[in-house]
Amino acid sequence: MIDFIGNRRKAYLLSAALIVAGLLSLAIFGLNLGIDFTGGTVLQFYVGEEASLEEIEAAIEPFDELEGATVQVIQGRDLEGQPTDEGLIIRGPYMPQERRDALVDEFRDRFPGMTADDLRIESVGAVIGAELTRQALLSLFVAILAMVAYITFRFEFKFAVATITALLHNIIIVLGIFSILQMEINVPFVAAILTVFGYSVNDTIVIMDRIRENIKHRKKGDYVEVVNQSINQNLVRSINTSLTTLLVLTALLFGFHYFIGSLDLIVFVVALILGVFVGTYSSIFIASPLWLNLQDYKFSLSRRRKAA
Amino acid sequence: MKKTSNPGSLLILIVLCVLIIVSAYHAFQNAADREEGIRRGLDIAGGLYVLMEAVETGDREVDEDAIKRAIEVIRNRVDELGVAEPVIAPQGDDRIRIELPDLEDVEQAREIIGRTAMLTFVGPDGEEIVTGAHLERARVERQPEVLPHPFVSLEFDREGARRFAEATQKYFGEPIAIYLDDTKISEPVVRAVITEGHATIEGNFEFEEAAELALLLRSGALPVELRELESRLVGPTLGQRTEEIAAYAAAVGLILVLLFMILYYRLAGIIAGFALVFYLSLVLWALNYLPTTLTLPGIAGLILSIGMAVDANVIIFERIKDELRSGRTIRSAMESGFNRAFRAILDANVTTLIVTVVLFILASGPVRGFAVTLFIGIVCSMFTAIVLTRALLRLAFKSGVIQSGAYVGVKI
Repeated sequence: MIDFIGNRRKAYLLSAALIVAGLLSLAIFGLNLGIDFTGGTVLQFYVGEEASLEEIEAAIEPFDELEGATVQVIQGRDLEGQPTDEGLIIRGPYMPQERRDALVDEFRDRFPGMTADDLRIESVGAVIGAELTRQALLSLFVAILAMVAYITFRFEFKFAVATITALLHNIIIVLGIFSILQMEINVPFVAAILTVFGYSVNDTIVIMDRIRENIKHRKKGDYVEVVNQSINQNLVRSINTSLTTLLVLTALLFGFHYFIGSLDLIVFVVALILGVFVGTYSSIFIASPLWLNLQDYKFSLSRRRKAA
Repeated sequence: MKKTSNPGSLLILIVLCVLIIVSAYHAFQNAADREEGIRRGLDIAGGLYVLMEAVETGDREVDEDAIKRAIEVIRNRVDELGVAEPVIAPQGDDRIRIELPDLEDVEQAREIIGRTAMLTFVGPDGEEIVTGAHLERARVERQPEVLPHPFVSLEFDREGARRFAEATQKYFGEPIAIYLDDTKISEPVVRAVITEGHATIEGNFEFEEAAELALLLRSGALPVELRELESRLVGPTLGQRTEEIAAYAAAVGLILVLLFMILYYRLAGIIAGFALVFYLSLVLWALNYLPTTLTLPGIAGLILSIGMAVDANVIIFERIKDELRSGRTIRSAMESGFNRAFRAILDANVTTLIVTVVLFILASGPVRGFAVTLFIGIVCSMFTAIVLTRALLRLAFKSGVIQSGAYVGVKI
């Protein structure tokens, strides 16, 4: 049997370090927010032939609003693994429809090889991003309240506190890592964070269920033994479940990275993979010992009172 | 160990497995069908998404009625262009969401969003008489016995009729210009005072010209001005590539998961494989027949629910193994393992279900799509793990297919 509880301080230290580093990075550098949050325009074309960066810049030149816009070249592959045409991604501020149409026309004139259908034009007003953030935060807050109520009803309040703390821990760490990496995030990232949320809940509750069950069968009030035993009994399941989920995610990551090269999709899967790691880790090393701390505190108090 | 076997159970087991394979085959085929299958969001299949906000201008108020009529106008416009399965729906109090998943080409889409114009009737002195808000109908008509050319007939609502009556009196014999935004589309001369709200525009029209004018009048009859908040256009080819790659990757991932389950849990792993395949067909079936759209966030929800479905099976098998190790017979280990696993699965799934319900109520757009697929996924996953895995395991035991702990990966 592995002594998880005996090593809990090391885990707390590691988590504290990750959270502090993440929060510092979030405070100093923030997140690299994409147009879904800040508003703006993203245009993606396949120009057909090898277009030099100068030619592309010349095409953008007449559009004053695109001064300072970033141009990125992406490379995908077809299913045989052969490289497809190089794609262009232009990111700039919000452009109304006439301007976007004018830009597409300009590119069509300059690059006759440009395909008509292989393009993406997205324009988002600043209002939308603010709403998305507000809505996601509000929903998460209400979801947490509802979960606390359910877990308190089915287990007890302390289980709810431990579970929710582990959840917030996971989300802060994933956000922190994205802040450090400065990968651009958009709507799919919000979905990924919610998925991390769901995965963590599921993973933690199953261990909490074991603890709940083992408390009933324990001989004497040794909670340390109960928690250690519960984690160990659940260990194979924790590993197998995270492993199988990671198998699916790794296949997706490889597919999106190798064949499409689209950053939004890669960010999405990377967030999910991080979430599985952090979620599995926190159920074992954070949520369970945390519950013990809450439980043991009361326990030691009552013992002390008896001694007095 | 005494060998038990029951040919009836074996038959049922085989029939169930065959049924699962057949239903999976149908579900996957159905899902792969881009025309009839699951509705795909534009982020994975291409298409156009536009979110518009109605703005108050002058005396035109933004109310429920105005939004309803604006939606009607846009629907007409979209229908004229023959786009399949359009969604044109109100969102909140003053917004309209347009989703056109099945675009033939990009030009078509640009045309549709380009024509969100305001129709106004303006007198020769530049004074606005009436707007498209009061125009109820515009259509091309023909009365060969009276008129040599086709004409456009207009019908105004009561307020429109009143204003039009005043204007035709005031501007008798003068031209009234009809503008679509800043473009003049017609300038008929007033030849009669229109009091009943029924007007006609006559001229030396060919039928097509008159029809075009009627269409412009109809589609321009937006009761309020609409402003674009968000517009996303993804070319069909680009979207299709994303979907193809995601489908291949998911298939590879799933095969790896099944292989892992079989290697680790042996015969029980095969049973879990059947349960998972059935779970997937159930989810695909539900996505197909419920009014949902599968988007990238939706796929995230799906991946999570697959993870949870696998997890439920893993929890069950690990519990059974625990019971076997504590010395129970395979039969009693299966039953008590199930009962113990059941509570963990139930609580974990219900807690996550609560999250999806909250998200569904409070969020909109992509987050809501995530909540819907996750909800469907969890319900299907609970059903297959609790009902199907259990039934298959029992049958496998009764029929003698599973005879000892070794068959579920326990060495004793």
